[in-house]
Amino acid sequence: MAHAYTPGLKVTSSAVVRRRRVLPIKGEVLVKAGDRVAAEQVVARALLPGKVHTVNVVNALSISPSEVARFLKVKPGDAVAAGAVLAENKPLLAFLKTAVASPVAGTVESVSEVTGQLLLREPPRPLDLKAYLDGTVAEVLPGEGVVVEASGAFVQGIFGVGPETHGEIVLAASSSGDELGADRLQEAHRGKVVVGGALVHAGAFERARALGIRALIVGGMRDADLRALLGYDLGVAITGSEPIGFTLVLTEGFGRIAMAGRTFDLLKSLEGRRASVSGATQIRAGVLRPEIVVPGEGGGVAAPAALEGVQVGDPVRVIRQPFFGRLGRVKALPSGLALIPTGAHVRVLEVAFEDGSSAVVPRSNIERFESA
Amino acid sequence: MPDHPLNVVLATDCGSTTTKAILIEKVGDAWRQTFRGEAPTTVEAPFEDVTRGVLNSIQEIEELSGRRILDGERILTPADGKTGVDLYISTSSAGGGLQMMVAGAVKAMTGESAQRCALGAGAIVMDVLASNDGRLGHERIERIRHLRPDMILLSGGTDGGTVSHVVEMAEYIAAADPRPRLGQGYKLPIIYAGNQDARAKVEAVLGEQTALLVTENLRPTLERENLMPARHKIHDVFLEHVMQQAPGYKKLISWAGAPIMPTPGAVGLIMEAIAKRQGINLVGVDIGGATTDVFSVFRGVFNRTVSANLGMSYSISNVLAEAGLANLLRWVPFPIEEADLRDRIKNKMIRPTTVPQTLDELMVEQAICREALRLAFDQHRLLAVGLKGVQQERSVADAFEQKSSGQSLIDLWKLDLIVGSGGVLSHAPRRIQSMLMMVDAYQPLGVTRLSVDSIFMMPHLGVLSTVNEKAAADVFDRDCMVYLGTCLAPSGSGKPGAACLEVRLKGETHAVPFGELKLLPLAPEEEADLEAVPSRGFDLGAGSGKPFKARVKGGVVGLLIDCRGRPLALSEDPKVRVDQLGRWFRAAGMYPEGGG
Repeated sequence: MAHAYTPGLKVTSSAVVRRRRVLPIKGEVLVKAGDRVAAEQVVARALLPGKVHTVNVVNALSISPSEVARFLKVKPGDAVAAGAVLAENKPLLAFLKTAVASPVAGTVESVSEVTGQLLLREPPRPLDLKAYLDGTVAEVLPGEGVVVEASGAFVQGIFGVGPETHGEIVLAASSSGDELGADRLQEAHRGKVVVGGALVHAGAFERARALGIRALIVGGMRDADLRALLGYDLGVAITGSEPIGFTLVLTEGFGRIAMAGRTFDLLKSLEGRRASVSGATQIRAGVLRPEIVVPGEGGGVAAPAALEGVQVGDPVRVIRQPFFGRLGRVKALPSGLALIPTGAHVRVLEVAFEDGSSAVVPRSNIERFESA
Repeated sequence: MPDHPLNVVLATDCGSTTTKAILIEKVGDAWRQTFRGEAPTTVEAPFEDVTRGVLNSIQEIEELSGRRILDGERILTPADGKTGVDLYISTSSAGGGLQMMVAGAVKAMTGESAQRCALGAGAIVMDVLASNDGRLGHERIERIRHLRPDMILLSGGTDGGTVSHVVEMAEYIAAADPRPRLGQGYKLPIIYAGNQDARAKVEAVLGEQTALLVTENLRPTLERENLMPARHKIHDVFLEHVMQQAPGYKKLISWAGAPIMPTPGAVGLIMEAIAKRQGINLVGVDIGGATTDVFSVFRGVFNRTVSANLGMSYSISNVLAEAGLANLLRWVPFPIEEADLRDRIKNKMIRPTTVPQTLDELMVEQAICREALRLAFDQHRLLAVGLKGVQQERSVADAFEQKSSGQSLIDLWKLDLIVGSGGVLSHAPRRIQSMLMMVDAYQPLGVTRLSVDSIFMMPHLGVLSTVNEKAAADVFDRDCMVYLGTCLAPSGSGKPGAACLEVRLKGETHAVPFGELKLLPLAPEEEADLEAVPSRGFDLGAGSGKPFKARVKGGVVGLLIDCRGRPLALSEDPKVRVDQLGRWFRAAGMYPEGGG
């Protein structure tokens, strides 16, 4: 039988984190291997081709496409200013003259004698790629970007929204079960990465924006509040660029769920340290989870994602009703299929919970804690 | 194609999450599916080599069957006793499947034909560009650049028709200078299947900048579509360009004894084959975690659509977004807080591999499945239509029945068979659950047979059918299809409890009032003559209140008599609705006692 494949989320004080920072198109790398870089430092730059504008010369001058060359004032490759004349007719009466002006500044890309269209391209725009982590350039990918490496604490969330950011970690909860309401967010949290406990309240979002908080890290939220925050129902979990004014990371899931004690304790121990945070989540085709990276003096090994099966004694969390969110250890791994209340026969395991009770759970409904 | 006799075939399907391997062997004169293995797909980091997952799934078959298939990382061929296989074949939808953009001159004509062509080949169509799509030139260019498809299918113009509109589309593509999704530094494949008079001009615009391939016009006249040449070209490009860029596929292609096909393309082949062999109209559905594919064959015309964001795990939240909360709640047979339902759906989205452990959770998932099936079918109906823009000769009689061109081909009265596939249907704890989910979503009329794919082997059989049609047909009949039974449903509406239908089957008469469901046993392989008399206002296909006769076939569930009306009316009052669902579910034996 196949192994139960239950990759867990990493929560560790000591890891080596490597991040590929790649430009969307070829460009120039501004750093070299071995360089120390700061999270906000630009490490590579590309020139994004400018927007293309179409100008229908034949319609404007009421001519046929084959005649277009006779009326042109420019040729492919010419630079033109906004408002410059691209083509004009030569009527006998001057007041009947029609000129076609360039809508933008740019370069004439092509003129078609089939469609009569003139294509104009705006000047290229520079695109700066930042390091994201305080770390070292481990590798240069010529023309494409770099790999930045940092050692330190690493926490993966389960779901996030909002872009990459960084700031100092500060706690706004005294325990992992504390809810995060607007009243807990203070002036002292301005520009920082704020850690809450369990559920975040909708009121906290407005306050976080007003205070310029960089990121909120919490156990859970209600889906209805996410909908209000984004302004739409999120259909597919591909996130990371939402313009919500801050970055939000959930460590456990949707609903009122306390942050796992170990995660909360680790973040508490990191209070005052600089963290890089990304809300980017992608659950399909190349799983990407939100993360909090706190570079420091730690230095574990960059372990590849484990694929081996779950073992008796492994620490696990149940990730579906009726034991959703409960933590425990694997007590037994029966090999055969077992009947569960839905009437289905599935592979199960027995979990001993922290309070001494135990339960049988489908293997696909647990998540192993991974720590280094 | 192997040059030795074919007795043992190994087939894999590399899906986006799991790679499924099956072993097919000749037992006596017939072919049977004998063993099955699966393993996580390994296209993504850290492995980035699809063959790892394939080897793991094959190893599982080796363990279960005792047959030695691998010699290190090599598949042993041909078979010799309990060693090796005669042929290895595969399908793939890993890494997001085949993603295409299509372009045509007029959106409802060549644009739609190009869309049908790409979908039929197994692609996800990211966008349809057309000169009348309502967008400005620069918007189209931005869109092409932004989407990064695997390839573009450019059509437009009937032969001898417009040239300028086709060249205009080519110019936009050239201006966008699109990069392929996979593999830096190679040219984007573009298939031109438009007006042959525009070929030279399209070549002049795109020839140098892209990997341009020219094939026959897919809409040579308004009255005729010619999709096969372009569809074959798409498969060639998929194999020669796209797959070559995906991690590990070069090796996989070298192992395979037949071209690797996109998974939905292979499923489409087998659906077409069933409809042709049995001479029937059918609707097939494959509901996955991320996407739902719908196939139909009506009057010999094949259509496929894919709803890229309707599914039971990755896309489950999008079912909520598209269907709306009220439409999901209407299928849940117990009171539930809206906020709670929302949170449960999002938790499934972020942890897509979990399964329902409690009956309540199962009922919620099956409620969502009904809506995903319904929405995907609605999208399918919009594209499975006759050709638009065709001139029709009208007689005086037609003047009273104003039919326009582009009518939907889907006719529920003429639908003979519904085939369901995908975890939520194939692996439902009780087969009646699969049957009722499909009946509720599609609301078939008259007599309709239903079936499910036992363990999702239609893709494998689709490719196999290109090599050995008999082997594919044998396995399909004996091991793949599980016939659930037949649904008998009259059209019409009435008062709950009023007389609706009297059915005579195997010497017994059953009166089923309006608003009720009744399940009668009719075993697989069993056939029976059915006589039914609908009350006035109800119709089984012979006319309102007219007696109706049919020969019906059984299945593992039986004969389901559905007198709940068409369209199926669920009460607006939540309490009444919960009672209604509970009654239906009990009548059909949907869930273990105490549930529903």
